[in-house]
Amino acid sequence: MLTRRVMLKAGACALLATAVPPRFLARAAGAAGARRKVLVAVFQRGAVDGLSMVVPHGDEAYSAARTAIALRAPRRGDSATAVDLDGFFALHPALAPLAPLWHSRALAVVHACGSPDTTRSHFDAQDYMESGTPGVKSTPDGWLARTAGRLPAPASPFRAVALGPTLPRSLRGDAGALAMHSLERFDVRAASEAAVARKGFESLYEQGVRDLLHGTGRETFEAVRMLKSARAARIPPENGADYGRSTFARSMRQIAQLIRADVGLEVAFADMGGWDTHVAQGAEEGQLANRLRDFGQGLGAFVQDLGDRMSDVVVLTMSEFGRTVAENGNRGTDHGHATAMMVLGGGIRGGKVYGRWPGLARERLFEGRDLAVTTDFRALFTEVAVRHLAIAPPVDLFPGWHGTPGPGVMA
Amino acid sequence: MTRRFLVIALVATSLALADAGTRARAGLPAADEGAIVHALSRLTFGPRPGDVAHVRAVGLESWLARQLEPARLDDRECADRLRGLPTLTLSIGDLQRAYPRPDKQTLQMVRSGEMSRRDLMERLPADKRPARITAELQAARLIRAVESEQQLQEVMVDFWFNHFNVHSGKGEVRWYVTSYERDVIRPHALGRFPELLRATARHPAMLFYLDNWLSARPDFVVAAGPNRGRRAGLNENYARELMELHTLGVDGGFTQRDVTEVARAFTGWTIDRPRDDARFVFRPRMHDAGGKVILGTRLAAGGGEAEGDQVLARLARHPATARFIAGKLVRRFVADEPPPTLVDRVAATFRATDGDVKEMLRTIVASPEFWSPDARSAKIKKPFEYVASAVRAVGGRVETQGGHALARAAAEIGEPLYDAQPPTGHPDRAEAWVNAGALLARMNFALALTQGRLAGVSVDLPRLIGDAAGPPESTLGRLLTAILHGQATAETRSVLTAQLGEPQIRRQTPDDRGPVIPDVEKLAALVIGSPEFQRR
Repeated sequence: MLTRRVMLKAGACALLATAVPPRFLARAAGAAGARRKVLVAVFQRGAVDGLSMVVPHGDEAYSAARTAIALRAPRRGDSATAVDLDGFFALHPALAPLAPLWHSRALAVVHACGSPDTTRSHFDAQDYMESGTPGVKSTPDGWLARTAGRLPAPASPFRAVALGPTLPRSLRGDAGALAMHSLERFDVRAASEAAVARKGFESLYEQGVRDLLHGTGRETFEAVRMLKSARAARIPPENGADYGRSTFARSMRQIAQLIRADVGLEVAFADMGGWDTHVAQGAEEGQLANRLRDFGQGLGAFVQDLGDRMSDVVVLTMSEFGRTVAENGNRGTDHGHATAMMVLGGGIRGGKVYGRWPGLARERLFEGRDLAVTTDFRALFTEVAVRHLAIAPPVDLFPGWHGTPGPGVMA
Repeated sequence: MTRRFLVIALVATSLALADAGTRARAGLPAADEGAIVHALSRLTFGPRPGDVAHVRAVGLESWLARQLEPARLDDRECADRLRGLPTLTLSIGDLQRAYPRPDKQTLQMVRSGEMSRRDLMERLPADKRPARITAELQAARLIRAVESEQQLQEVMVDFWFNHFNVHSGKGEVRWYVTSYERDVIRPHALGRFPELLRATARHPAMLFYLDNWLSARPDFVVAAGPNRGRRAGLNENYARELMELHTLGVDGGFTQRDVTEVARAFTGWTIDRPRDDARFVFRPRMHDAGGKVILGTRLAAGGGEAEGDQVLARLARHPATARFIAGKLVRRFVADEPPPTLVDRVAATFRATDGDVKEMLRTIVASPEFWSPDARSAKIKKPFEYVASAVRAVGGRVETQGGHALARAAAEIGEPLYDAQPPTGHPDRAEAWVNAGALLARMNFALALTQGRLAGVSVDLPRLIGDAAGPPESTLGRLLTAILHGQATAETRSVLTAQLGEPQIRRQTPDDRGPVIPDVEKLAALVIGSPEFQRR
């Protein structure tokens, strides 16, 4: 399991033995340079209400189950109502920035998607989705780390990057993934002679045992040098993209900077919390609408910023489960089962809601209360990752799963 | 040189003694330096200069006994340093009056865009903003972690706050957290688990954070107040996390049916006057008085408020709870993967003593697993632990302002206190904290600390290492001894020795003739940023 990490560390040690710059630049040039396909995974932590995000207004049981929080049926020309997609489903109005992508077939939705595991624990469900092994807690690595590990050499230190203060479960493992919450602050900062301090710290982590701490240290300094020379943090948004000020949008903006900087990014991860709407969820306006507005603005600006480069990029959104079909006693929703996931970017067959719709009539619900899962998230993740990143067979990103990739969202 | 040999000799003896500790199951091992450093690194926020000698003098056993009775320790100096944080002693009602939320009209103007957020901020003087409450709590935690004599108490406050996490950013919780930590977590941190559990269940912070204050029987209609006429009903949030995170654990054998039934039992447990004094109240009209079946036990109809207490008592005495709490304690004090044999014994202590935290800690500290060589330096410090331990290691002193600076540093490294949104709190495992960005932030904190760039934190490095005029190698040796207590690896020693050859580290006196004076600040930062110091 440690092979790549060990190789990378051995490489870093050799690097120091010789003069640092030439070897490093040669390697960076090899690893970066050519434009690569990029998969961006976006996790909506806390279980987003898929029924408000992508509203099944054509299902008559929908508004009956939700007296205070159901969105009204879309009305053409009325921007306060949901945006109709296909006469049955509609986008929450706060996601209007994504509507043009739908029409240009760069946005697809997979509804009633989720995990076969029935847990309603956020923490277990996130763990299962990120490890990619529902019901199995002992899986050592995350599905995105395994995905990155299947990509051909040479690997850049920036092959797999998570934006945020901690490395998510999805990227833990053997991929040497980086976590950073600010490109600008990703360096050693001292009152004077920061370079001396950087060199000192670097030497400390080059020595000794090959554990998580030393390995991370070595990868860190390689990345610091590369990021400095690429000046990634100085790349401004293009095409008039307005990310707004949310933390999520800041993550998306920095992912766009890494893509533009050509530092060899292939797998990126960002997450956003605040979806656990047990109380006063709201409908067209309100708590959930505000979260979706930040979410939609961040994604919309990302697409606009990258412009033509989006042809190399696919964004996949996910959440650990959905929420109860019926609203609870506090105009909110409790933990449910299936939810909606979105795929947007280049090379997809967008403009369609995928997945068999199980229906919201009471007898069709999972355990009599929740939207049933008709698309296993592993089928969707496999299809997107394998097709977009051109991963060679065998298709084994999800241990123990022998299903068929689908539902056909990739062109 | 002699000093280094001494250190090596001490490490060797400590290993031998750890073996002795394995044999002597009930007692603590003899107090050699390695054992003392290990104990201090687990039971405190790290040794300060002089701590190892102090523990050696009083004996590990009696030092631990004193730590387990924090009220008897003289902590006036720390209390003095907290005086600059006036919110700590205020009641919920006083906090609401002193740090009011913006009025409805102003909020409406912000929402409609008529007033910018910046304008809103400028209208509120910084020392009157509600955010001040959280900032003072954060500063207080850092000041206490560094300065308090009641170290084990502080460690347990951090442990239990994360176990019973509430998020200060959620609604009214901001005005409730001060009381929650002061009146619930602190008094019970070394007390009995069932009482701690009961206190959290009734506190407005928990009632609000996990939404139970709104949970009501089906078809309940609010009779009065701003929500008059509104229908309310069951909310499962608290019931689920109560079982999954506070007591039984996710594998503790409860079902969705149990979640719903427990939620029904807690209907009516709510908050009276949430925007004023905010007290717990049981409202019979909100309560679902029907009979319930919880974990296979039938509760007769009409149990009222006592029904919730019965549920709490039953959960607190459930064997799965003993095991779950034992597992988390062993993870905090021994290793990320808790040795199952020790978890079993701590769980047995839990059951035998009705969840007595002190007794569980005694079981842990008296165990061979705690003293095992495998456990030494096995834990990666959380950001909060790292920041506090660094200041303590260099004998730094923290004023009010310094508390704020240290809290910001812990947040930058990834652990903003009182700001963990999910009910799991901040994690206690290495892989959550070791990553590139966080590691750089740790190094940058080390530099800021030793270079005196943290306002309100004073560090006297010359005093720490005594005579700085000797050869640079002995300066380095003294730094390593003071900060790492002989736990520096040979690699780290040789890297740092090589650093002494760097012209920027090996500073000459201005006329180039005097003695070589190394850049002690940078050297100390390298030691604090070293791999060894990330561990405890």
